[in-house]
Amino acid sequence: MAIFCTDQTKILIQGITGRDGSFHAKSMLGYGTNIVAGVTPGRGGQTFEGKVPVFDTVKDAVAATGAEASVIFVPPAGAAGAVFEAADAGCKLVVCITEGVPTLDMVKVMPYLAERGVRLVGPNCPGFINPGQKAKLGIMPTNIVTPGPVGLISRSGTLTYEVVDALTRAGLGQTTCLGIGGDPVIGTNFMDALQAFHADPATQALVMIGEIGGDAEERAADFVKANMKIPVVSFIAGRTAPPGKRMGHAGAIVSGGAGTAAEKKKALESAGIPVADRPADVVPLLQQIWKR
Amino acid sequence: MNIHEYQAKDIFRDAGLTVPPGGIATTVEEALSLARTHGLPVMVKSQVLAGGRGKAGGVKFCKTEDDVRTHAGNILGMDIKGHTVRKVLVTPAETIAAEFYLGMLVDRASRRVLLMASAEGGVEIEKVAVEKPEAILKHAIDPRFGLLDHEAMAVALRLDPDVKRARQLADAMQKLYKAFLAADASLAEINPFIFTDQGVGKAIDAKINLDDNALFRHPGYAALRDLDEENPSERMAREADLSFVKLDGNVGCLVNGAGLAMATMDLVQYYGGRPANFLDIGGSSNPDKVVNALRIILGDPNVEVILFNIFGGITRCDDVARGIIAATERMEIRVPIVVRLTGTNEAEARELLTKTDLVPAATMDEAVQKALELAGK
Repeated sequence: MAIFCTDQTKILIQGITGRDGSFHAKSMLGYGTNIVAGVTPGRGGQTFEGKVPVFDTVKDAVAATGAEASVIFVPPAGAAGAVFEAADAGCKLVVCITEGVPTLDMVKVMPYLAERGVRLVGPNCPGFINPGQKAKLGIMPTNIVTPGPVGLISRSGTLTYEVVDALTRAGLGQTTCLGIGGDPVIGTNFMDALQAFHADPATQALVMIGEIGGDAEERAADFVKANMKIPVVSFIAGRTAPPGKRMGHAGAIVSGGAGTAAEKKKALESAGIPVADRPADVVPLLQQIWKR
Repeated sequence: MNIHEYQAKDIFRDAGLTVPPGGIATTVEEALSLARTHGLPVMVKSQVLAGGRGKAGGVKFCKTEDDVRTHAGNILGMDIKGHTVRKVLVTPAETIAAEFYLGMLVDRASRRVLLMASAEGGVEIEKVAVEKPEAILKHAIDPRFGLLDHEAMAVALRLDPDVKRARQLADAMQKLYKAFLAADASLAEINPFIFTDQGVGKAIDAKINLDDNALFRHPGYAALRDLDEENPSERMAREADLSFVKLDGNVGCLVNGAGLAMATMDLVQYYGGRPANFLDIGGSSNPDKVVNALRIILGDPNVEVILFNIFGGITRCDDVARGIIAATERMEIRVPIVVRLTGTNEAEARELLTKTDLVPAATMDEAVQKALELAGK
């Protein structure tokens, strides 16, 4: 098992004919992901890569194919609109890859999703990949993952790949590698992801990659301490970040002394979660505390 | 993007909040003329993008024209937390019978705009939050309905039991929310919101941070950017669409991805070095982007070595290597460059690099260690 979807989940891609959408759709298809439809307004009736039917609207795509999940590659100005459309059409899982979405657009989307029981991952995230099911909903490189018992949650992209690559090289495969995104308002936060991994019997160890800003890591630490029996290790990026500056991710900003790497490290360690000093130390730390 | 108090006050006025009049002066003469227009006494307030202006001596009460001359003279050119004061706001001084704090921000936990209000106005709210958190009232606003009358009034009555004043406070909260939405803010604060001796409520200070992601739908806000407040290299980076923050070390960092960029800086420090910057070059291997990034980093005379840390992932590393090589051939580079490339076609990429002066590295630890060795030379 893994989290959020199975190899049977039918997936559609919004923005499948765009530059990023088509590039990543090909990679997802190549991995074996069960993509049943694409959506681009005005391109209904076309076929993507000779096998995926393209529709004008998500509703049309869902009606024709029974798609249950959507992956969004739509430019920032239209990203929130695309999430509304997917939820309205009945998709229960929406992964929004788009970077640079206005924060208040996401604030507006959230109650709409909650009312309909829709899970959103992102925006501004690499999505997730379940190596055991050959399901990739996003942009993670497939050559660095392998099936296995380790779950991984991260707020960033390439830093995640760095750690996943190290896990795979050490022979530690993954149930799900999940990038929740670096924005202040995201659909699935650290806590939601932890709960999902906690409910997945296949996940026998967990890696959390955090960064400065907010208090998601602190709250995650409390949850792990109270609920989880499996080994958990962590890494926090941004020790050297100056306060008040946005470090790329809109959410990565230390303000008024809150959200610092030092505070997060302290909270995690006091919950019994070892925090690696370097990305390269994550795997050895996990091996140290994991009694198999 | 952060904007000045006087700019934030314009946004507040547009939302219907009562804000005292005022004008901007860049010289003592202009300040004097504004003081005459608005009538003494006035406040002379430094306009810099830094907190703690009052504590630094950048906000002064002026009873006479001599006071204006002295204080405007002192404040203009003053340094506040590394920011040079180039302009002052001259605004009528108000009598203050009571002061409050009203603020809003995007709250990650509730995923809503959070109203914060306190009767401890006119002091540093961060301090109140630490020392007396119960003094800050909070209400997460439902985006579907906005800040409803009864919700605003419930908070207002807890701030001030006087119903006349509470109504004004509630009204100010609703207008603050209107301003927050209209501006696509990430933070908006009135500190303090005051009542005059006559019981009139006014916003006598204003702070707004704008959401960078939403600037595209506010073309007018481009004019609010104070180029004097921006570090020249940070401005070049913004214009080149690169995410960049200048630091004070000697190891220039070019990394793809914000998280990895932060982790790279941290690793430089772990091995005893000091990063010169944060720079996320994104997923592209476009030589133009690399050239721009190199120019910005090399503009810093402290930089003694450049470190590329690229986790290719789906991007082909040989493409990235070609981009880096093309960029370095187009400009003169005065420092050694270490390149770490991992991902698809990394062997081909390494092969390409061996034909150049660029120093290849296999892992990020190796790359940082090599960079630090070269920085010392």
